[in-house]
Amino acid sequence: MAYPAGLKYTKDHEWIELAGDRGKVGITDYAQQQLGDVVYVELPEVGAKLKQGQSFGTIESVKAVSELYSPVTGEVVEVNAALKDKPETVNADPHTSWMIVLKLTSPGEAGALLDATQYQDLVK
Amino acid sequence: MEQATAAPLKKTPLNDRHRASGAKMVPFGGWDMPVEYSGIVHEHLAVRTRAGLFDVSHMGEIEIAGKDALAAVQRISSNDASKLQVGQAQYSGLLTPQGTFVDDLLVYRLAPEHFMLVVNAGNIEKDYAWIVEHIKPAGDVVAVNASARYALLAVQGPEAVGIVQSLTGVELAGMKYYWFAHGEVANVRATISRTGYTGEDGFEIFVPPQSADRVWQAIVEAGRPVELIPCGLGARDTLRLEAGMRLHGNDIDDTTTAVEADLNWIVGWKKDDFIGATVLREQKANGVRRKLVGFEMFDRGIARHGYDAYVAGAKAGRVTSGTQTPFLKKAIGMAYLPIEHTAIDTEFDVDIRGRRTRARVVPMPFYKRK
Repeated sequence: MAYPAGLKYTKDHEWIELAGDRGKVGITDYAQQQLGDVVYVELPEVGAKLKQGQSFGTIESVKAVSELYSPVTGEVVEVNAALKDKPETVNADPHTSWMIVLKLTSPGEAGALLDATQYQDLVK
Repeated sequence: MEQATAAPLKKTPLNDRHRASGAKMVPFGGWDMPVEYSGIVHEHLAVRTRAGLFDVSHMGEIEIAGKDALAAVQRISSNDASKLQVGQAQYSGLLTPQGTFVDDLLVYRLAPEHFMLVVNAGNIEKDYAWIVEHIKPAGDVVAVNASARYALLAVQGPEAVGIVQSLTGVELAGMKYYWFAHGEVANVRATISRTGYTGEDGFEIFVPPQSADRVWQAIVEAGRPVELIPCGLGARDTLRLEAGMRLHGNDIDDTTTAVEADLNWIVGWKKDDFIGATVLREQKANGVRRKLVGFEMFDRGIARHGYDAYVAGAKAGRVTSGTQTPFLKKAIGMAYLPIEHTAIDTEFDVDIRGRRTRARVVPMPFYKRK
């Protein structure tokens, strides 16, 4: 699966899709492959304040549990409730299955994230 | 899944085959094993609806032979081996004097005075040492660790009988569950056993290691029309849990007795004496304080091995296995709970990483084939 050029990536295998001062956050195709069949995604409440690199939830597959890490500092303004009933969409469409929307409070952080080419190199 | 060893990982004769096929490999019980081929859920469903092929060559085989072989097996194994005819197998426990598990195993009666014990991969050396030590008083008997002489393939699922039958002259339709026969599979000398660790119909096939790959490929070919797929230990674990089968190291170990594990049916109560008998008889007569139960979660989220169970807000037990079952599509598991909270439908909480999640006791097995 190709890594979309429009997304920024972290070394912890999250992606963020930026639009102005907001960003949708999810996990990468590489991450979902490592996890295997996802059965549960535990997400924060709207209003939660996150620092860059802070855990914002957990993702659970049949095999294992992993932390989800925030790519940037910000406040949770939206949570993808659809993942509660259909967590398997993270396996099927990892780069469109967003988990939270963040309102960025330090937009400068995003510039230091990996672009698609750099991320591709990291996981190859 | 238990794993604790710094030694180099051991490889089954099919290791190259797994790697070449792109299986995801993990360390398990000291072995380098495939955890999944095409995904745990996909593999699990294949076994429930069609067929799956597993490499379980990491399992150990310990043979016990001699004039006093039966007496020796009766002493070290909890079940009653005198009930076994030649060609028959039984599930049993290798127990400590406290009635707890050194290991669980299958006992095969190869001949009147020749038995084969199939034991867990991570316990082979420990079991062998235990057995050698404890059969001494039995008299004329010898134990041999024959693990290196066997590769073991499991073909499991409703289509298994047709697939294996197409490769052997041994008549399988008449072979009952937990019986076995010697013959050939894909022109390779084999012992074919109607057993498995999935809760599904199927066969476990013992073959010489040098022929394992040939048999593996023949089964894959023969299974192609019914879409048999190779499976890893991940699906093996979810399948056995759905079937309510205990995993040594998770659900049973040297701190839990056969009675606490609700495995009274693998104890030969009418036998004269065996290791652990005194404690088990006392527990059977007077009751135990805790028992292994099956449970189902009300919400999503997996209660995993080692998580704490709470009754009325107080820590009361622990989860020994848990998964999201691909077939039943529920989060299930096993846990030790105080005996007064083990009735079916009793509700309790599991601490899932700081979150109290509601569960209820349900009967096992969770899945029983039609």
